[in-house]
Amino acid sequence: MPMTNNLDPAQRFTKTEFVVRKERIQSITKVLFAVMAISMIIPLLLIIGYLFYHALPSLSWEFLVEVPKKGMRDGGIWPAFVGTLYLVVISLAIAAPVGVFAAVYLNEYAKDNWFNRIIHLAVINLAGVPSIVHALFGLGAFVYAAEFGYSILSAALTLAIMTLPVIIASTREALASVPMPFREACWNVGASRWQTIRAVVVPNSISGILTGIILQVSRAAGETAPVMFTGAVFYKAVERGELFPYQLNEQCMALSMHLYTVATQVPNVKESIPYATAVVLLCSVLLVNAGAIALRVWLRNHKKW
Amino acid sequence: MAAEQKQNSIQTRNLNLWYGEFQALKSVSVDVKNGLITALIGPSGCGKTTLLRCFNRINERFPYVRTQGEIVILGKNIYDPDVSLIELRKSVGMVFQRPNPIPISVYENVLFGLRIHHRLGHFKKAYLEEIVEKSLTEVGLWKDLRDRLKVKATTLQLEQQQKLCIARLLPLKPEIILMDEPCSALDVEGTRSIEDLMYKLRGRYTIVIVTHNMAQARRVSDECIFMLLGEKIEHSRTEDLFLKPQNPKTGEYIEGRYG
Ligand SMILES: Nc1ncnc2c1ncn2[C@@H]1O[C@H](COP(=O)(O)OP(=O)(O)O)[C@@H](O)[C@H]1O
Ligand SMILES: [Mg+2]
Repeated sequence: MPMTNNLDPAQRFTKTEFVVRKERIQSITKVLFAVMAISMIIPLLLIIGYLFYHALPSLSWEFLVEVPKKGMRDGGIWPAFVGTLYLVVISLAIAAPVGVFAAVYLNEYAKDNWFNRIIHLAVINLAGVPSIVHALFGLGAFVYAAEFGYSILSAALTLAIMTLPVIIASTREALASVPMPFREACWNVGASRWQTIRAVVVPNSISGILTGIILQVSRAAGETAPVMFTGAVFYKAVERGELFPYQLNEQCMALSMHLYTVATQVPNVKESIPYATAVVLLCSVLLVNAGAIALRVWLRNHKKW
Repeated sequence: MAAEQKQNSIQTRNLNLWYGEFQALKSVSVDVKNGLITALIGPSGCGKTTLLRCFNRINERFPYVRTQGEIVILGKNIYDPDVSLIELRKSVGMVFQRPNPIPISVYENVLFGLRIHHRLGHFKKAYLEEIVEKSLTEVGLWKDLRDRLKVKATTLQLEQQQKLCIARLLPLKPEIILMDEPCSALDVEGTRSIEDLMYKLRGRYTIVIVTHNMAQARRVSDECIFMLLGEKIEHSRTEDLFLKPQNPKTGEYIEGRYG
Protein backbone atom coordinates (compact mmCIF):
# COMPACT_ATOMS: atom_id res chain seq x y z
CA MET A 1 0.00 0.00 0.00
CA PRO A 2 2.22 2.82 -1.16
CA MET A 3 1.35 6.52 -1.17
CA THR A 4 -1.95 6.41 0.73
CA ASN A 5 -2.45 8.88 3.55
CA ASN A 6 -4.59 7.02 6.01
CA LEU A 7 -7.89 8.44 4.79
CA ASP A 8 -11.08 6.62 5.47
CA PRO A 9 -12.44 5.86 2.00
CA ALA A 10 -15.85 7.05 3.10
CA GLN A 11 -14.32 10.49 3.70
CA ARG A 12 -12.95 10.82 0.22
CA PHE A 13 -14.31 13.36 -2.25
CA THR A 14 -16.59 14.94 0.34
CA LYS A 15 -16.95 18.68 0.59
CA THR A 16 -14.22 20.48 2.47
CA GLU A 17 -14.97 23.71 4.28
CA PHE A 18 -13.38 25.63 1.45
CA VAL A 19 -15.67 24.06 -1.12
CA VAL A 20 -18.72 24.82 1.00
CA ARG A 21 -17.70 28.49 1.19
CA LYS A 22 -17.10 28.63 -2.54
CA GLU A 23 -20.52 27.21 -3.24
CA ARG A 24 -22.16 29.70 -0.93
CA ILE A 25 -20.46 32.62 -2.65
CA GLN A 26 -21.45 31.18 -5.96
CA SER A 27 -25.14 31.08 -5.09
CA ILE A 28 -25.05 34.57 -3.58
CA THR A 29 -23.51 36.09 -6.69
CA LYS A 30 -26.00 34.31 -8.87
CA VAL A 31 -28.95 35.73 -6.97
CA LEU A 32 -27.35 39.16 -6.90
CA PHE A 33 -26.86 39.27 -10.64
CA ALA A 34 -30.35 37.98 -11.29
CA VAL A 35 -31.77 40.75 -9.10
CA MET A 36 -29.78 43.32 -11.05
CA ALA A 37 -31.08 41.97 -14.33
CA ILE A 38 -34.68 41.96 -13.15
CA SER A 39 -34.40 45.42 -11.63
CA MET A 40 -33.64 46.67 -15.12
CA ILE A 41 -37.22 45.94 -16.14
CA ILE A 42 -38.81 47.68 -13.17
CA PRO A 43 -38.00 51.27 -14.16
CA LEU A 44 -39.17 50.56 -17.68
CA LEU A 45 -42.49 49.19 -16.49
CA LEU A 46 -42.84 52.02 -13.99
CA ILE A 47 -42.22 54.65 -16.64
CA ILE A 48 -44.66 53.14 -19.07
CA GLY A 49 -47.29 52.55 -16.41
CA TYR A 50 -46.92 56.05 -14.99
CA LEU A 51 -47.16 57.64 -18.42
CA PHE A 52 -50.22 55.68 -19.45
CA TYR A 53 -51.96 56.30 -16.13
CA HIS A 54 -51.61 60.07 -16.46
CA ALA A 55 -52.22 60.13 -20.19
CA LEU A 56 -55.40 58.08 -20.14
CA PRO A 57 -57.92 60.97 -20.08
CA SER A 58 -56.51 62.37 -23.33
CA LEU A 59 -55.61 59.19 -25.18
CA SER A 60 -57.79 58.61 -28.22
CA TRP A 61 -57.61 58.39 -31.97
CA GLU A 62 -58.85 61.98 -32.01
CA PHE A 63 -55.82 63.09 -29.98
CA LEU A 64 -53.51 61.77 -32.68
CA VAL A 65 -55.20 63.22 -35.74
CA GLU A 66 -56.57 66.48 -34.31
CA VAL A 67 -54.65 69.77 -34.38
CA PRO A 68 -53.85 71.67 -31.16
CA LYS A 69 -56.53 74.10 -30.07
CA LYS A 70 -56.92 76.95 -27.59
CA GLY A 71 -53.21 77.74 -27.51
CA MET A 72 -52.31 74.05 -27.18
CA ARG A 73 -54.48 73.63 -24.11
CA ASP A 74 -56.81 71.32 -25.98
CA GLY A 75 -57.06 69.32 -29.19
CA GLY A 76 -54.43 66.90 -30.52
CA ILE A 77 -50.91 66.67 -31.79
CA TRP A 78 -51.22 65.88 -35.51
CA PRO A 79 -48.88 68.64 -36.80
CA ALA A 80 -46.16 67.58 -34.36
CA PHE A 81 -46.58 63.91 -35.20
CA VAL A 82 -46.34 64.50 -38.93
CA GLY A 83 -43.42 66.90 -38.38
CA THR A 84 -41.46 64.24 -36.51
CA LEU A 85 -42.28 61.76 -39.27
CA TYR A 86 -40.91 64.22 -41.85
CA LEU A 87 -37.74 64.84 -39.88
CA VAL A 88 -37.02 61.19 -39.15
CA VAL A 89 -37.69 59.95 -42.67
CA ILE A 90 -35.71 62.68 -44.41
CA SER A 91 -32.77 62.56 -42.03
CA LEU A 92 -32.47 58.77 -42.30
CA ALA A 93 -32.95 58.88 -46.06
CA ILE A 94 -29.78 60.97 -46.07
CA ALA A 95 -27.83 59.34 -43.26
CA ALA A 96 -28.52 55.66 -44.03
CA PRO A 97 -27.10 55.43 -47.57
CA VAL A 98 -24.16 57.68 -46.82
CA GLY A 99 -23.42 55.83 -43.60
CA VAL A 100 -23.72 52.37 -45.09
CA PHE A 101 -21.55 53.18 -48.10
CA ALA A 102 -18.96 54.85 -45.91
CA ALA A 103 -18.88 51.81 -43.63
CA VAL A 104 -18.55 49.44 -46.57
CA TYR A 105 -15.64 51.47 -47.85
CA LEU A 106 -13.95 51.56 -44.47
CA ASN A 107 -14.44 47.89 -43.76
CA GLU A 108 -14.01 46.29 -47.18
CA TYR A 109 -11.82 48.53 -49.30
CA ALA A 110 -9.73 50.78 -47.08
CA LYS A 111 -6.16 49.74 -46.40
CA ASP A 112 -4.96 49.97 -42.83
CA ASN A 113 -3.03 53.24 -43.14
CA TRP A 114 -2.85 56.46 -41.11
CA PHE A 115 -5.46 58.22 -43.24
CA ASN A 116 -8.12 55.58 -42.70
CA ARG A 117 -7.22 55.28 -39.06
CA ILE A 118 -7.91 58.98 -38.70
CA ILE A 119 -11.28 58.55 -40.38
CA HIS A 120 -12.06 55.71 -38.01
CA LEU A 121 -11.08 57.82 -35.02
CA ALA A 122 -13.15 60.73 -36.28
CA VAL A 123 -16.22 58.50 -36.64
CA ILE A 124 -15.91 57.16 -33.12
CA ASN A 125 -15.45 60.61 -31.64
CA LEU A 126 -18.28 62.11 -33.64
CA ALA A 127 -20.59 59.42 -32.30
CA GLY A 128 -19.86 60.73 -28.80
CA VAL A 129 -20.52 64.43 -29.49
CA PRO A 130 -23.48 65.74 -27.43
CA SER A 131 -26.58 66.57 -29.40
CA ILE A 132 -26.56 70.21 -28.34
CA VAL A 133 -23.22 70.60 -30.12
CA HIS A 134 -24.71 69.08 -33.25
CA ALA A 135 -27.55 71.55 -32.85
CA LEU A 136 -25.17 74.50 -32.79
CA PHE A 137 -23.27 73.08 -35.74
CA GLY A 138 -26.51 72.67 -37.69
CA LEU A 139 -27.50 76.23 -36.86
CA GLY A 140 -24.19 77.59 -38.12
CA ALA A 141 -23.73 75.31 -41.10
CA PHE A 142 -27.20 74.76 -42.54
CA VAL A 143 -29.34 77.62 -41.28
CA TYR A 144 -26.80 80.40 -41.80
CA ALA A 145 -23.83 79.30 -43.92
CA ALA A 146 -25.78 77.22 -46.43
CA GLU A 147 -28.71 79.65 -46.18
CA PHE A 148 -31.35 76.96 -45.83
CA GLY A 149 -32.84 79.06 -43.05
CA TYR A 150 -34.89 77.62 -40.21
CA SER A 151 -36.45 74.77 -42.12
CA ILE A 152 -37.22 71.09 -42.25
CA LEU A 153 -34.22 70.69 -44.53
CA SER A 154 -31.82 72.24 -42.01
CA ALA A 155 -33.27 70.22 -39.16
CA ALA A 156 -33.19 66.94 -41.10
CA LEU A 157 -29.60 67.56 -42.20
CA THR A 158 -28.63 68.27 -38.60
CA LEU A 159 -30.26 65.03 -37.47
CA ALA A 160 -28.52 63.22 -40.31
CA ILE A 161 -25.12 64.51 -39.22
CA MET A 162 -25.93 63.44 -35.69
CA THR A 163 -26.97 59.90 -36.58
CA LEU A 164 -24.39 59.32 -39.32
CA PRO A 165 -21.39 58.34 -37.17
CA VAL A 166 -23.45 55.86 -35.17
CA ILE A 167 -24.79 54.30 -38.34
CA ILE A 168 -21.25 54.00 -39.71
CA ALA A 169 -20.03 52.40 -36.51
CA SER A 170 -22.89 49.89 -36.24
CA THR A 171 -22.72 49.00 -39.93
CA ARG A 172 -18.99 48.40 -39.69
CA GLU A 173 -19.56 46.12 -36.77
CA ALA A 174 -22.16 44.16 -38.72
CA LEU A 175 -19.84 43.86 -41.72
CA ALA A 176 -16.90 42.81 -39.60
CA SER A 177 -18.92 39.96 -38.13
CA VAL A 178 -19.15 38.26 -41.53
CA PRO A 179 -16.60 35.43 -41.35
CA MET A 180 -13.46 35.83 -43.44
CA PRO A 181 -13.81 32.35 -45.05
CA PHE A 182 -16.98 33.51 -46.85
CA ARG A 183 -15.01 36.28 -48.47
CA GLU A 184 -12.11 33.98 -49.29
CA ALA A 185 -14.50 31.54 -50.92
CA CYS A 186 -15.58 34.34 -53.20
CA TRP A 187 -12.16 35.66 -54.01
CA ASN A 188 -11.04 32.19 -54.88
CA VAL A 189 -13.49 31.86 -57.71
CA GLY A 190 -12.28 35.21 -58.96
CA ALA A 191 -14.93 37.52 -57.53
CA SER A 192 -14.06 41.19 -57.38
CA ARG A 193 -14.43 43.07 -54.13
CA TRP A 194 -17.74 44.54 -55.20
CA GLN A 195 -19.09 41.13 -56.21
CA THR A 196 -17.96 39.74 -52.89
CA ILE A 197 -19.72 42.53 -51.04
CA ARG A 198 -22.92 42.02 -52.97
CA ALA A 199 -22.92 38.24 -52.93
CA VAL A 200 -21.87 37.40 -49.38
CA VAL A 201 -20.94 40.36 -47.19
CA VAL A 202 -24.13 42.40 -47.34
CA PRO A 203 -26.59 39.48 -47.42
CA ASN A 204 -24.98 38.08 -44.30
CA SER A 205 -24.93 41.33 -42.39
CA ILE A 206 -28.13 42.97 -43.60
CA SER A 207 -30.06 42.32 -40.40
CA GLY A 208 -27.32 43.90 -38.30
CA ILE A 209 -27.10 46.86 -40.66
CA LEU A 210 -30.85 47.46 -40.58
CA THR A 211 -30.97 47.17 -36.81
CA GLY A 212 -28.26 49.79 -36.48
CA ILE A 213 -30.16 52.15 -38.76
CA ILE A 214 -33.52 51.63 -37.15
CA LEU A 215 -32.18 52.22 -33.67
CA GLN A 216 -31.32 55.68 -34.89
CA VAL A 217 -35.00 56.32 -35.57
CA SER A 218 -35.60 56.63 -31.86
CA ARG A 219 -32.69 59.00 -31.50
CA ALA A 220 -33.77 61.21 -34.36
CA ALA A 221 -37.35 61.24 -33.11
CA GLY A 222 -36.44 61.92 -29.52
CA GLU A 223 -33.77 64.63 -29.69
CA THR A 224 -35.07 68.10 -28.99
CA ALA A 225 -32.12 70.46 -29.19
CA PRO A 226 -31.03 69.76 -32.79
CA VAL A 227 -34.48 70.42 -34.21
CA MET A 228 -35.28 73.30 -31.88
CA PHE A 229 -32.18 75.18 -33.07
CA THR A 230 -32.68 74.54 -36.75
CA GLY A 231 -36.24 74.10 -37.86
CA ALA A 232 -38.90 73.18 -35.31
CA VAL A 233 -41.47 75.74 -34.19
CA PHE A 234 -43.95 75.96 -31.33
CA TYR A 235 -46.96 76.16 -33.55
CA LYS A 236 -47.82 75.74 -37.17
CA ALA A 237 -51.31 75.81 -38.61
CA VAL A 238 -52.12 72.47 -40.27
CA GLU A 239 -55.36 70.83 -41.35
CA ARG A 240 -56.63 68.00 -39.21
CA GLY A 241 -55.24 64.67 -40.46
CA GLU A 242 -53.47 66.28 -43.44
CA LEU A 243 -50.74 63.96 -44.74
CA PHE A 244 -48.38 66.37 -46.51
CA PRO A 245 -48.74 69.66 -44.73
CA TYR A 246 -45.13 70.84 -44.90
CA GLN A 247 -42.67 72.03 -47.56
CA LEU A 248 -38.97 71.30 -47.20
CA ASN A 249 -38.10 74.97 -46.78
CA GLU A 250 -40.73 75.56 -44.09
CA GLN A 251 -40.50 75.07 -40.38
CA CYS A 252 -42.49 72.31 -38.78
CA MET A 253 -43.69 71.12 -35.41
CA ALA A 254 -42.08 68.09 -33.79
CA LEU A 255 -43.20 65.75 -31.02
CA SER A 256 -40.16 66.24 -28.80
CA MET A 257 -40.38 69.99 -29.11
CA HIS A 258 -44.15 69.94 -28.59
CA LEU A 259 -43.72 67.92 -25.44
CA TYR A 260 -41.23 70.47 -24.15
CA THR A 261 -43.62 73.30 -25.00
CA VAL A 262 -46.76 71.92 -23.42
CA ALA A 263 -44.90 70.69 -20.38
CA THR A 264 -42.99 73.86 -19.57
CA GLN A 265 -43.96 76.85 -21.69
CA VAL A 266 -47.76 76.99 -21.76
CA PRO A 267 -49.65 77.74 -18.51
CA ASN A 268 -52.81 75.89 -17.52
CA VAL A 269 -52.50 72.95 -19.90
CA LYS A 270 -54.71 69.98 -19.13
CA GLU A 271 -52.45 67.65 -17.15
CA SER A 272 -52.99 64.66 -19.39
CA ILE A 273 -51.85 66.38 -22.60
CA PRO A 274 -48.06 66.29 -22.06
CA TYR A 275 -48.32 62.71 -20.87
CA ALA A 276 -50.36 61.70 -23.88
CA THR A 277 -47.81 63.38 -26.13
CA ALA A 278 -45.07 61.40 -24.44
CA VAL A 279 -47.05 58.20 -24.90
CA VAL A 280 -47.42 58.85 -28.63
CA LEU A 281 -43.68 59.52 -28.95
CA LEU A 282 -42.79 56.44 -26.94
CA CYS A 283 -45.24 54.17 -28.75
CA SER A 284 -44.12 55.31 -32.20
CA VAL A 285 -40.54 54.56 -31.30
CA LEU A 286 -41.38 51.22 -29.72
CA LEU A 287 -43.46 50.33 -32.74
CA VAL A 288 -40.57 51.06 -35.08
CA ASN A 289 -38.22 49.03 -32.90
CA ALA A 290 -40.65 46.13 -32.77
CA GLY A 291 -40.90 46.34 -36.55
CA ALA A 292 -37.14 46.18 -36.72
CA ILE A 293 -37.04 43.04 -34.61
CA ALA A 294 -39.74 41.42 -36.73
CA LEU A 295 -37.87 42.30 -39.91
CA ARG A 296 -34.70 40.84 -38.46
CA VAL A 297 -36.38 37.58 -37.57
CA TRP A 298 -38.02 37.43 -40.97
CA LEU A 299 -34.77 38.10 -42.79
CA ARG A 300 -33.00 35.45 -40.79
CA ASN A 301 -35.61 32.81 -41.54
CA HIS A 302 -36.60 33.68 -45.07
CA LYS A 303 -33.42 34.75 -46.72
CA LYS A 304 -32.94 32.71 -49.84
CA TRP A 305 -29.17 32.65 -49.68
CA MET B 1 12.95 26.38 -70.37
CA ALA B 2 9.98 26.30 -72.75
CA ALA B 3 9.74 22.53 -72.77
CA GLU B 4 10.17 22.50 -69.05
CA GLN B 5 7.33 24.96 -68.63
CA LYS B 6 5.09 22.70 -70.70
CA GLN B 7 5.33 19.93 -68.17
CA ASN B 8 5.36 22.17 -65.11
CA SER B 9 2.15 23.84 -64.05
CA ILE B 10 3.78 25.89 -61.34
CA GLN B 11 7.34 27.16 -61.21
CA THR B 12 8.78 29.46 -58.61
CA ARG B 13 12.25 30.96 -58.71
CA ASN B 14 13.90 32.44 -55.62
CA LEU B 15 10.58 33.25 -54.06
CA ASN B 16 10.87 35.30 -50.88
CA LEU B 17 7.95 36.47 -48.80
CA TRP B 18 7.81 38.69 -45.74
CA TYR B 19 4.99 39.26 -43.29
CA GLY B 20 6.16 42.68 -42.12
CA GLU B 21 9.66 41.99 -40.80
CA PHE B 22 9.24 38.24 -40.59
CA GLN B 23 10.48 36.27 -43.58
CA ALA B 24 8.14 33.32 -44.10
CA LEU B 25 9.56 32.04 -47.40
CA LYS B 26 13.25 31.96 -48.14
CA SER B 27 14.37 31.67 -51.72
CA VAL B 28 11.95 28.90 -52.62
CA SER B 29 12.30 27.36 -56.08
CA VAL B 30 9.92 24.55 -56.92
CA ASP B 31 8.56 22.94 -60.08
CA VAL B 32 5.14 21.36 -59.76
CA LYS B 33 4.44 18.92 -62.54
CA ASN B 34 1.36 18.93 -64.69
CA GLY B 35 -1.47 16.59 -63.80
CA LEU B 36 0.18 15.11 -60.72
CA ILE B 37 -0.71 15.35 -57.07
CA THR B 38 2.05 17.13 -55.22
CA ALA B 39 2.06 17.18 -51.43
CA LEU B 40 3.58 19.96 -49.35
CA ILE B 41 4.75 18.62 -46.02
CA GLY B 42 6.67 20.01 -43.10
CA PRO B 43 6.20 20.99 -39.47
CA SER B 44 3.59 23.52 -38.46
CA GLY B 45 4.59 27.10 -39.25
CA CYS B 46 7.14 26.23 -41.92
CA GLY B 47 5.32 28.21 -44.59
CA LYS B 48 3.27 25.59 -46.45
CA THR B 49 0.08 27.60 -46.39
CA THR B 50 1.98 30.74 -47.27
CA LEU B 51 3.56 29.12 -50.32
CA LEU B 52 0.23 27.69 -51.45
CA ARG B 53 -1.43 31.07 -51.14
CA CYS B 54 1.25 32.62 -53.33
CA PHE B 55 0.07 30.56 -56.27
CA ASN B 56 -3.16 32.51 -56.66
CA ARG B 57 -1.86 35.70 -55.04
CA ILE B 58 -4.38 35.57 -52.24
CA ASN B 59 -1.70 36.58 -49.73
CA GLU B 60 -1.89 40.06 -51.09
CA ARG B 61 -4.97 40.93 -49.16
CA PHE B 62 -2.70 41.65 -46.20
CA PRO B 63 -1.15 45.05 -46.79
CA TYR B 64 2.01 44.15 -44.90
CA VAL B 65 2.92 41.19 -47.15
CA ARG B 66 5.88 41.70 -49.48
CA THR B 67 6.86 39.18 -52.15
CA GLN B 68 9.97 38.95 -54.26
CA GLY B 69 10.93 36.49 -56.95
CA GLU B 70 9.19 34.82 -59.82
CA ILE B 71 6.10 32.63 -59.98
CA VAL B 72 5.24 31.14 -63.36
CA ILE B 73 1.86 29.46 -63.61
CA LEU B 74 0.94 27.59 -66.78
CA GLY B 75 3.76 29.41 -68.54
CA LYS B 76 2.81 32.93 -67.47
CA ASN B 77 4.55 35.00 -64.83
CA ILE B 78 1.70 35.94 -62.52
CA TYR B 79 3.41 39.14 -61.46
CA ASP B 80 3.33 40.46 -65.03
CA PRO B 81 1.46 43.75 -65.09
CA ASP B 82 -1.21 42.47 -67.47
CA VAL B 83 -2.24 39.59 -65.18
CA SER B 84 -5.81 39.86 -63.93
CA LEU B 85 -6.27 38.38 -60.47
CA ILE B 86 -9.81 37.48 -61.42
CA GLU B 87 -8.73 35.37 -64.39
CA LEU B 88 -5.83 33.88 -62.44
CA ARG B 89 -8.10 32.71 -59.65
CA LYS B 90 -10.47 31.20 -62.15
CA SER B 91 -7.68 28.87 -63.29
CA VAL B 92 -6.16 28.30 -59.88
CA GLY B 93 -8.86 27.19 -57.47
CA MET B 94 -8.40 26.77 -53.77
CA VAL B 95 -9.90 24.50 -51.11
CA PHE B 96 -9.50 25.50 -47.49
CA GLN B 97 -8.80 23.79 -44.21
CA ARG B 98 -12.29 24.42 -42.93
CA PRO B 99 -14.96 23.85 -45.57
CA ASN B 100 -16.30 27.29 -46.48
CA PRO B 101 -19.46 26.91 -48.51
CA ILE B 102 -21.25 30.21 -48.98
CA PRO B 103 -24.49 30.26 -46.96
CA ILE B 104 -26.70 29.92 -50.02
CA SER B 105 -28.25 26.83 -51.56
CA VAL B 106 -26.18 23.90 -52.80
CA TYR B 107 -27.29 24.66 -56.35
CA GLU B 108 -26.20 28.29 -56.14
CA ASN B 109 -22.92 27.35 -54.52
CA VAL B 110 -21.96 25.24 -57.51
CA LEU B 111 -22.94 27.98 -59.91
CA PHE B 112 -21.46 30.78 -57.85
CA GLY B 113 -18.30 31.07 -59.90
CA LEU B 114 -20.15 31.11 -63.21
CA ARG B 115 -22.54 33.73 -61.97
CA ILE B 116 -19.63 35.90 -60.87
CA HIS B 117 -18.07 35.79 -64.29
CA HIS B 118 -21.09 36.20 -66.53
CA ARG B 119 -24.05 38.49 -66.85
CA LEU B 120 -27.33 37.43 -65.37
CA GLY B 121 -29.30 35.48 -67.95
CA HIS B 122 -26.21 34.63 -69.95
CA PHE B 123 -26.94 30.91 -69.60
CA LYS B 124 -30.05 28.87 -70.22
CA LYS B 125 -31.53 27.20 -67.18
CA ALA B 126 -31.13 23.75 -68.69
CA TYR B 127 -27.44 24.38 -69.25
CA LEU B 128 -26.97 25.48 -65.66
CA GLU B 129 -28.75 22.41 -64.36
CA GLU B 130 -26.50 20.25 -66.49
CA ILE B 131 -23.43 21.99 -65.07
CA VAL B 132 -24.64 21.43 -61.52
CA GLU B 133 -25.28 17.77 -62.19
CA LYS B 134 -21.90 17.31 -63.85
CA SER B 135 -19.97 19.06 -61.13
CA LEU B 136 -21.72 17.29 -58.29
CA THR B 137 -21.31 13.95 -60.06
CA GLU B 138 -17.62 14.59 -60.48
CA VAL B 139 -17.15 14.99 -56.73
CA GLY B 140 -19.55 12.15 -55.92
CA LEU B 141 -22.28 14.24 -54.33
CA TRP B 142 -24.96 13.97 -56.98
CA LYS B 143 -26.58 10.81 -55.66
CA ASP B 144 -26.84 12.19 -52.13
CA LEU B 145 -27.87 15.70 -52.98
CA ARG B 146 -29.91 15.53 -56.18
CA ASP B 147 -33.12 16.00 -54.20
CA ARG B 148 -31.68 18.53 -51.83
CA LEU B 149 -30.25 21.11 -54.20
CA LYS B 150 -32.25 23.88 -52.54
CA VAL B 151 -30.89 23.12 -49.08
CA LYS B 152 -28.59 25.70 -47.55
CA ALA B 153 -25.05 24.49 -48.08
CA THR B 154 -23.96 25.27 -44.54
CA THR B 155 -26.37 22.64 -43.20
CA LEU B 156 -24.60 19.73 -44.95
CA GLN B 157 -22.20 17.37 -43.22
CA LEU B 158 -18.63 18.66 -43.14
CA GLU B 159 -17.45 16.07 -45.62
CA GLN B 160 -20.19 17.01 -48.07
CA GLN B 161 -19.40 20.67 -47.55
CA GLN B 162 -15.77 20.08 -48.43
CA LYS B 163 -16.70 18.16 -51.55
CA LEU B 164 -19.08 20.94 -52.47
CA CYS B 165 -16.21 23.40 -52.11
CA ILE B 166 -14.31 21.34 -54.67
CA ALA B 167 -17.37 21.07 -56.92
CA ARG B 168 -17.73 24.82 -56.78
CA LEU B 169 -14.40 25.23 -58.55
CA LEU B 170 -15.16 22.88 -61.43
CA PRO B 171 -17.60 24.94 -63.55
CA LEU B 172 -14.83 27.49 -64.03
CA LYS B 173 -12.68 24.76 -65.59
CA PRO B 174 -9.64 25.33 -63.41
CA GLU B 175 -6.34 23.71 -64.30
CA ILE B 176 -4.81 23.81 -60.86
CA ILE B 177 -6.49 23.01 -57.55
CA LEU B 178 -4.77 24.03 -54.33
CA MET B 179 -5.83 22.28 -51.15
CA ASP B 180 -4.80 23.48 -47.74
CA GLU B 181 -5.16 20.59 -45.29
CA PRO B 182 -8.54 19.74 -46.78
CA CYS B 183 -9.14 16.85 -44.41
CA SER B 184 -8.09 18.27 -41.09
CA ALA B 185 -11.66 19.10 -40.10
CA LEU B 186 -12.98 15.70 -41.19
CA ASP B 187 -13.24 12.28 -39.56
CA VAL B 188 -11.65 9.12 -40.91
CA GLU B 189 -14.51 8.34 -43.29
CA GLY B 190 -14.58 11.88 -44.65
CA THR B 191 -10.84 11.90 -45.07
CA ARG B 192 -10.94 8.70 -47.04
CA SER B 193 -13.62 9.85 -49.38
CA ILE B 194 -11.85 13.14 -50.07
CA GLU B 195 -8.68 11.19 -50.80
CA ASP B 196 -10.60 8.93 -53.17
CA LEU B 197 -11.94 12.00 -54.84
CA MET B 198 -8.47 13.45 -55.29
CA TYR B 199 -7.47 10.23 -56.92
CA LYS B 200 -10.35 10.51 -59.36
CA LEU B 201 -9.42 14.08 -60.22
CA ARG B 202 -5.78 13.19 -60.71
CA GLY B 203 -4.55 13.71 -64.26
CA ARG B 204 -7.27 16.14 -65.20
CA TYR B 205 -6.14 18.75 -62.73
CA THR B 206 -2.81 19.60 -61.22
CA ILE B 207 -3.34 19.26 -57.50
CA VAL B 208 -1.17 20.68 -54.75
CA ILE B 209 -2.13 19.54 -51.27
CA VAL B 210 -0.77 20.79 -47.98
CA THR B 211 -0.91 18.20 -45.26
CA HIS B 212 0.68 17.61 -41.89
CA ASN B 213 -0.39 14.01 -42.05
CA MET B 214 2.50 12.08 -43.50
CA ALA B 215 0.53 8.93 -44.03
CA GLN B 216 -1.86 10.94 -46.14
CA ALA B 217 0.95 12.48 -48.18
CA ARG B 218 2.22 8.99 -48.80
CA ARG B 219 -1.18 7.67 -49.79
CA VAL B 220 -2.28 10.37 -52.18
CA SER B 221 0.69 12.15 -53.65
CA ASP B 222 2.94 11.44 -56.62
CA GLU B 223 5.57 13.90 -55.55
CA CYS B 224 6.41 15.43 -52.24
CA ILE B 225 7.97 18.74 -51.23
CA PHE B 226 9.42 18.93 -47.74
CA MET B 227 9.73 22.38 -46.22
CA LEU B 228 11.39 23.60 -43.06
CA LEU B 229 11.49 27.13 -41.63
CA GLY B 230 10.46 28.72 -44.89
CA GLU B 231 12.92 26.83 -47.07
CA LYS B 232 12.39 24.03 -49.51
CA ILE B 233 14.52 21.17 -48.25
CA GLU B 234 13.68 18.39 -50.63
CA HIS B 235 11.47 17.67 -53.58
CA SER B 236 11.24 14.22 -55.10
CA ARG B 237 8.90 11.38 -55.94
CA THR B 238 6.93 10.40 -52.89
CA GLU B 239 8.36 6.87 -52.57
CA ASP B 240 11.87 8.22 -52.88
CA LEU B 241 11.29 10.93 -50.32
CA PHE B 242 9.93 8.51 -47.77
CA LEU B 243 12.23 5.58 -48.48
CA LYS B 244 15.49 7.25 -49.46
CA PRO B 245 15.46 10.84 -48.23
CA GLN B 246 18.43 12.74 -49.64
CA ASN B 247 18.62 15.35 -46.92
CA PRO B 248 19.20 14.21 -43.33
CA LYS B 249 16.65 16.75 -42.09
CA THR B 250 13.98 15.11 -44.22
CA GLY B 251 14.86 11.77 -42.72
CA GLU B 252 14.59 13.15 -39.22
CA TYR B 253 11.18 14.68 -39.92
CA ILE B 254 9.85 11.50 -41.45
CA GLU B 255 10.98 9.51 -38.51
CA GLY B 256 9.06 11.91 -36.30
CA ARG B 257 11.97 13.61 -34.58
CA TYR B 258 10.17 16.96 -34.81
CA GLY B 259 6.95 18.57 -36.02
N1 LIG C 1 -1.11 36.63 -41.83
C1 LIG C 1 0.07 36.46 -41.23
N2 LIG C 1 0.70 37.48 -40.62
C2 LIG C 1 1.88 37.30 -40.01
N3 LIG C 1 2.54 36.15 -39.95
C3 LIG C 1 1.98 35.09 -40.53
C4 LIG C 1 0.72 35.18 -41.20
N4 LIG C 1 0.40 33.97 -41.69
C5 LIG C 1 1.42 33.15 -41.34
N5 LIG C 1 2.37 33.81 -40.66
C6 LIG C 1 3.62 33.25 -40.15
O1 LIG C 1 4.32 32.68 -41.23
C7 LIG C 1 4.83 31.41 -40.87
C8 LIG C 1 4.35 30.36 -41.82
O2 LIG C 1 2.97 30.21 -41.64
P1 LIG C 1 2.10 29.17 -42.47
O3 LIG C 1 2.40 29.37 -43.90
O4 LIG C 1 0.69 29.33 -42.05
O5 LIG C 1 2.67 27.79 -41.97
P2 LIG C 1 2.09 26.32 -42.14
O6 LIG C 1 0.92 26.38 -43.05
O7 LIG C 1 3.24 25.55 -42.69
O8 LIG C 1 1.74 25.84 -40.78
C9 LIG C 1 4.44 31.15 -39.44
O9 LIG C 1 5.53 31.41 -38.61
C10 LIG C 1 3.34 32.13 -39.17
O10 LIG C 1 3.40 32.60 -37.85
MG1 LIG D 1 -1.17 25.92 -42.63
